[in-house]
Amino acid sequence: MAILLLADHDNAHLSDQTAKALTAATKIGSDVHVLVAGAGAKAAADQAAKLAGVSKVLVAEDASLENNLAEPLAALIVQLSGAYDAILAAATSVGKNVMPRVAALLDVAQVSEIVEVVSPDTFKRPIYAGNAIQTVQSTDTKKVITVRTASFAAASEGGSAAIETVSAAADPGLSSHVGDALSSSDRPELTSAKIIISGGRALGSAEKFKEVILPVADKLGAAVGASRAAVDAGYAPNDWQVGQTGKVVAPQLYIACGISGAIQHLAGMKDSKVIVAINKDEEAPIFQVADYGLVADLFEALPELEKAL
Amino acid sequence: MKILVPVKRVVDYNVKIRVKADGSGVELANVKMSMNPFDEISVEEALRLKEAGKAAEVVVVSIGPAKAEETLRTALAMGADRAVLVETDDAVEPLAVAKILKGVAEAEKPGLIIVGKQAIDDDSNQTGQMLSALLGWAQGTFASKIELGEGKAKVTREVDGGLQTIEVKLPAVVTTDLRLNEPRYASLPNIMKAKKKPLDKKSPADFGVDTAPRLKVLKTEEPSGRKAGVKVKSVAELVEKLKTEAGVL
Ligand SMILES: Cc1cc2nc3c(=O)[nH]c(=O)nc-3n(C[C@H](O)[C@H](O)[C@H](O)COP(=O)(O)OP(=O)(O)OC[C@H]3O[C@@H](n4cnc5c(N)ncnc54)[C@H](O)[C@@H]3O)c2cc1C
Ligand SMILES: Nc1ncnc2c1ncn2[C@@H]1O[C@H](COP(=O)(O)O)[C@@H](O)[C@H]1O
Repeated sequence: MAILLLADHDNAHLSDQTAKALTAATKIGSDVHVLVAGAGAKAAADQAAKLAGVSKVLVAEDASLENNLAEPLAALIVQLSGAYDAILAAATSVGKNVMPRVAALLDVAQVSEIVEVVSPDTFKRPIYAGNAIQTVQSTDTKKVITVRTASFAAASEGGSAAIETVSAAADPGLSSHVGDALSSSDRPELTSAKIIISGGRALGSAEKFKEVILPVADKLGAAVGASRAAVDAGYAPNDWQVGQTGKVVAPQLYIACGISGAIQHLAGMKDSKVIVAINKDEEAPIFQVADYGLVADLFEALPELEKAL
Repeated sequence: MKILVPVKRVVDYNVKIRVKADGSGVELANVKMSMNPFDEISVEEALRLKEAGKAAEVVVVSIGPAKAEETLRTALAMGADRAVLVETDDAVEPLAVAKILKGVAEAEKPGLIIVGKQAIDDDSNQTGQMLSALLGWAQGTFASKIELGEGKAKVTREVDGGLQTIEVKLPAVVTTDLRLNEPRYASLPNIMKAKKKPLDKKSPADFGVDTAPRLKVLKTEEPSGRKAGVKVKSVAELVEKLKTEAGVL
């Protein structure tokens, strides 16, 4: 089986989501080509070529591909699709945006957010916020799949795939990029962090969130997450939301602070190796999934934790 | 301009669903059903655009069983003008939903279609993007802000690293994220009024769409569970346990 894997990158860096999706791809077939679509994306292509299990890297560079706009990117993937049995992407905001467009243009169903490859045409995927796992068999001859990366280990380096240039498709000219407001931080990214500390509605304000959560995160070298309630209230930026409709994470250690444990939040973190919950309500549902629960006021417990580390 | 808003009837977000013991699916009998939360956000956004004088009519459409009429009536009670029910008892996959919606769009000729980002039952996150592809329109997914201009719209999108703003040509498909707005509740008088608003019934065949599934569901099972662990008495005990017992510090 020949597989096309869409790389997730920002031209300069290949995100480790790609290495994780690659692991899923190699379970489906052995001939995996990685597509790096962008502008000035040589660095990302070089990184993709080094991943073990990649047999070829395709690079398409064009101004229309610089910002991952769905229409030109989908057109490119469709143009390349003839040679492949399956087309995969990590379920990042780019993958979720473009892959269903590709699937519809190819008239195939998409299998969203697979967590396991059972066989080359059969996959497991969560439904109902992860409260049920479906095993589905695709009957389409060409498969379009997104991969929940928290469920797959990253492929290692050690490859040396050839890099081939391909041309972009004609830009349908339906949309244009206006600007980005991306959060920059020295902290690890949520989806690749080994430790995550998350805050909920209990934090009460953006100032308190910063004052209480961030020092502990810094001590631990942790990424910072948040519940929807904390994001909606403006205590934390949208890209920190963990959950059914936010990011799905599975770090070694997840520390939930002042988060009640709604099913939509659990959906994004219950596969973490070790879960710690700090909540002043001993009945909070988060304690039902926590390995270690501390019934305490987080405004006292977290400064204490910061000192103890 | 007309705005078309698809709304899906799903298990209410507060319900903790149960997997059937024989692995054949999820227990849906006697479970509370509601409008998909993202679709409430879509309806709200369409109504606000209408109230701001930027849209003339809001049409809601649902594909599902006869009971999906309740969901449509909820949208009408919120303030939508008209509804279309494409009735079917089959489970319809996103691709077929998108094909039916394309048919509805060709008949209604909306200037904007506002779709939910994700249905909270199948968690597919596909339909809006597929519809946009089938129509050959622009897509603005995961929107936290929509600004309508002349023949175009500016859409601020929630992406992994923060926010991205794009401009899409109209007509376009936009999908809604949680921060776009806070949906209103329907008032009692509006719920009464909604009963008399027009609701058109159609079938998938009216649009020439074959709804046969492309994905065979072989099994539905419970996720591997997690057991509650222990309660620690102090921060010191927590740190100690994380170091020695869990080995994660
Ligand atoms: C369509 C949809 C999608 C959603 N997607 C997501 C998602 O992706 N992610 C997500 O997180 N949610 C999501 N939600 C929201 C979810 O249902 C909950 O509303 C949300 O997770 C609650 O956030 P919270 O736990 O911070 O707030 P709350 O539920 O209000 O909990 C606050 C907790 O803090 C505790 N507390 C208060 N003060 C203190 C203190 N001083 N010290 C210690 N503890 C304290 C309280 O005991 C309580 O348990 C979604 C909802 C819907 C409808
Ligand atoms: N049966 C349906 N009827 C109406 N709208 C639907 C239906 N299925 C999906 N949608 C729309 O598509 C969105 C995304 O659904 P999904 O792609 O299934 O996650 C939903 O929020 C709805 O707006």
